[in-house]
Amino acid sequence: MYNQENCRFAKTHEWAFAEGDVAVVGISNHAQEEISDIVFVDLPKVGQKTEVGKNCCVVESVKSASEIYAPVSGEIVEVNEALNADPALVNREPHGNGWLFKIKMANPAELDNLLDFNAYQATIAK
Amino acid sequence: MDEILQHNQLSIEKSHCGRRGVQFEQTQQHASAYLPQSCLRKTAPNLPELSEFDTVRHFTRLSQLNYSLDGQFYPLGSCTMKYNPKAYDVLSVLPQFAQAHPFAPQSALQGTLRALYELQEGLKAITGLAAFTLQPAAGAHGELTGILTVRAYHESRKDFERCEVIVPDTAHGTNPATANMAGYTVVNIKSGPDGCVDLEALQATLSNKTAAVMLTVPNTVGLFEKNIRQIAELVHKAGALLYMDGANFNALIGLAKPADFGVDVMHLNLHKTFAAPHGGGGPGSGPVGAAAHVAKFLPKPFVVKENGVYKLEADRAESIGKMKAFYGNAAVCLRGLCYLKQFDATTLKTIAEKAILNANYVRAKLKGKFNAFFDTNCMHECVLSIDPHAMNGVHTSDVAKRLLDYGFYAPTIYFPLIVPEAMMIEPTETESKEMLDAFVTALEKIYDEIQTNPELVKAAPHTQCVERIDEVSAARQPNLRW
Amino acid sequence: MFTPHTSQDEQQMLQTLGISSLEELLTQIPAALRTKDFNLPSALTEQQLTAYLHELATQNKPLKNFIGAGCYEHFIPAAVPALSGRGEFLTAYTPYQAEASQGTLQTIYEFQSCICALMEMDVATASHYDGATALAEAVLACGRITGRKEILVSALLHPHYKEVLKTYTKHSGLTISEVKATENGTLDVNALQTQISAATACVVLANPNFLGYVEQAEKIEEITHGAGALLTALVNPISLGVLQTPGSYQADFAVAEGQVLGNPMSFGGPGLGILTSKKAYMRQLPGRMVGIAKDHQGRRAFVLTLQAREQHIRREKAASNICSNEAICALNAVIYLTLLGPQGLKEVAELNVERAHQLAEKISQVKGFSVLKKDPFFNEFVVQCPVAAAEVIEKMAERGIAAGYDLGTTCASMKNCLLVCATEMRTEKDLQAYADALGGI
Repeated sequence: MYNQENCRFAKTHEWAFAEGDVAVVGISNHAQEEISDIVFVDLPKVGQKTEVGKNCCVVESVKSASEIYAPVSGEIVEVNEALNADPALVNREPHGNGWLFKIKMANPAELDNLLDFNAYQATIAK
Repeated sequence: MDEILQHNQLSIEKSHCGRRGVQFEQTQQHASAYLPQSCLRKTAPNLPELSEFDTVRHFTRLSQLNYSLDGQFYPLGSCTMKYNPKAYDVLSVLPQFAQAHPFAPQSALQGTLRALYELQEGLKAITGLAAFTLQPAAGAHGELTGILTVRAYHESRKDFERCEVIVPDTAHGTNPATANMAGYTVVNIKSGPDGCVDLEALQATLSNKTAAVMLTVPNTVGLFEKNIRQIAELVHKAGALLYMDGANFNALIGLAKPADFGVDVMHLNLHKTFAAPHGGGGPGSGPVGAAAHVAKFLPKPFVVKENGVYKLEADRAESIGKMKAFYGNAAVCLRGLCYLKQFDATTLKTIAEKAILNANYVRAKLKGKFNAFFDTNCMHECVLSIDPHAMNGVHTSDVAKRLLDYGFYAPTIYFPLIVPEAMMIEPTETESKEMLDAFVTALEKIYDEIQTNPELVKAAPHTQCVERIDEVSAARQPNLRW
Repeated sequence: MFTPHTSQDEQQMLQTLGISSLEELLTQIPAALRTKDFNLPSALTEQQLTAYLHELATQNKPLKNFIGAGCYEHFIPAAVPALSGRGEFLTAYTPYQAEASQGTLQTIYEFQSCICALMEMDVATASHYDGATALAEAVLACGRITGRKEILVSALLHPHYKEVLKTYTKHSGLTISEVKATENGTLDVNALQTQISAATACVVLANPNFLGYVEQAEKIEEITHGAGALLTALVNPISLGVLQTPGSYQADFAVAEGQVLGNPMSFGGPGLGILTSKKAYMRQLPGRMVGIAKDHQGRRAFVLTLQAREQHIRREKAASNICSNEAICALNAVIYLTLLGPQGLKEVAELNVERAHQLAEKISQVKGFSVLKKDPFFNEFVVQCPVAAAEVIEKMAERGIAAGYDLGTTCASMKNCLLVCATEMRTEKDLQAYADALGGI
């Protein structure tokens, strides 16, 4: 759905996929593998303002709580309610139905500061 | 047998309508004769209905599903699972103590107040600190008390700039959580390659924003902070205070006084060093001590002695206030007093000495099969590290679960965080050499199993009333009550 | 004491370590920091210790107790301490290794279940330190949930709880204001209506309140939720045998001091902090919780769950630093509730109501004393004395009676007011003795 080749990535493992001036945000396949079985996603509130690098969501496994940082600035306009009932969606489809939230971007140019898929792959290969 | 009598049936599943375990005398009238209908309960609570005998069987059976210190060796690092003397079970609940009301006239409470006073004095004597409060109900509660005390100290000096607490990366999770609760920002510093605080890193982090440095001594990798004096000097030079987490005080008792290190505030755990039982999670007691310049900020009230009379002194203008209702976990404090009374100036150090001997003995015996992360003498606990690549894919958690099959509780695992696949072993001074030998033999057998049959270890435990538990589903769809 | 090492053991162990004396292991502590001068009295043997503790105990003077004020004397069936005192429970550690801790885990699950049933709330934690700290945690959670900053507290909250709340919230950005009481000893709902605003995070209701009286909970709930604030109720668990539950009046959080459920008074500690909430706030509750799971064979098993909320995982991001709780006190409570069942709980609650009302009636008949009894009360009430309450307490103590709590110690205008409690422990004879003694002073 949000094909990883077409996503931009933060070094902290979030991806952003632009749909007009709205960025769909999720975590990378690598991140969901590292976290392993996700048991709960503490989603942000719709209407909440956020900035690049600011934590706005928490993904929990049994033994960990991982902060999710906003890859772009803007306002949260939608969250993935389906994760409340089925947080494992993030494990199964990190680039599909396991997206986390959508940000109405304040400055779409921020996307250019993020890594493309190949550059991101290179950072995790290290 | 388990197939006939399901071992973990809930009390509510054993319930029979009309059965009961205790009866009270009949009232002359129902509550509705005294109270308006509008404030009465509408439906009876869904509580089990069991006879007294049913209840005794039920809870006795449950107790038998537990490992416990009375039954098994608990090598849990940082938990100090030492023997809990039976005398204290009896003495701490003598009727006059158990039935003491906290608001009874203080003339009727002299026994309890004197006991608390003597414990305070004893803790002062062994730590060298100027004052102790017994109010905190647990170690983490003591930490919060201590850090709020630090904050009150700075604020009394109109020093409002200090907003950071420095915590080494080896700290227990409670330390950073405590600093956060007290409204401070946590600054983590990395340990040096020797497992101790890196003085340069500390110096670089200290500033006029630092309120306190929280240090566990000995630290959680089981090592004494050898530069503790210099650390204290650096901290004080920056205008900050040194907080000592005394969770590991069992390694120091009778050997050294934290006041001599330059510690300003610290907490002790009576349910660790002072032989109070853990009770499956509590209650504990976390007394907090403070040096003279900080003492007046400790919580109120204080137990004081005036003209031979013991009383609660609530008039403490600069105190941080109250940390819990009433005074403290008095029944746990009584156990602590009992323990303290059984040692004198010369025998006190045998606690730490034998605790250190036992930990080093285990470390030395396991060397070659399970190695310590820092290859040096340790204090009261040793931290091993397992490399799954060299162990046929077996992880620390697998070894821990396999130990249960050999009749030992598991060590503390995956802590401290700086040690990969950590396994932290604290035997305490009350274990005998033959118990330590048996524990070492079990680990040696597990080592052999890892070489020959790693799957056996990975699927452990095999002998408990349940096998490995699916924690993921439990957390995704929490079932927290009937 | 308690070190089993023979000199032969010690020698062999030192040999294994390749050293000749224990002192070599202790060199980790710099010599300058070693101490030898500990100012401690001589050590006691177990026999001497026993004599010493008995001597201390006799210095506590037993008085016939009519004090409540947050710590209550109730009957504790013998089976309660007999079962909870078993070493298998008492000397177990926190049940982190679930497979070897099924007993403790199941008792906690049953505790959570019984507490939810009693309070008619959705979720309960494994326990907190005491009622006051449980309340403070609930209030902090309300601040986090609503993002609002103001806490409205009933003036009739236990004075110690108010102080603890103040200590706990001091650096949280929350401000605390009190809502005054009426002359009848209950919360002034009109004042609440005036004070509440869109900045109010939560209203803290004590029910019964510190003076023993039952509040108009439904009205308070309506005002609270009407302003978009959360309702946190502090209740007495025994009273719920007869009184309406916090769940029935839609409390968002309900907390309690659970000492009354099978735990002795012990000078006020350990207590048992009961912390419950509606399901929606489950993940905002601090402290341990036990859930039902399945093992690999599909059998029922119990396990600590939702641990990612806690300090050992979330560190400085955790909502609370709590680690140790009051597990044995919670065990006492669940054994107590299992023995009583719904019927026993109702009986003991009704006995409390009756004894307290009988005592109030008797005191009303003593010349010079009057009882505040316009609003309903549970097992405690206020007595207006002709002289200072402190004086009454002193004179009653001479007659072997702990007469009550001096309300003048927390409120100057109540210098002559005594807070008096009668639980099921006070027989009709005791009540008469109290009234007679009061008449004689």
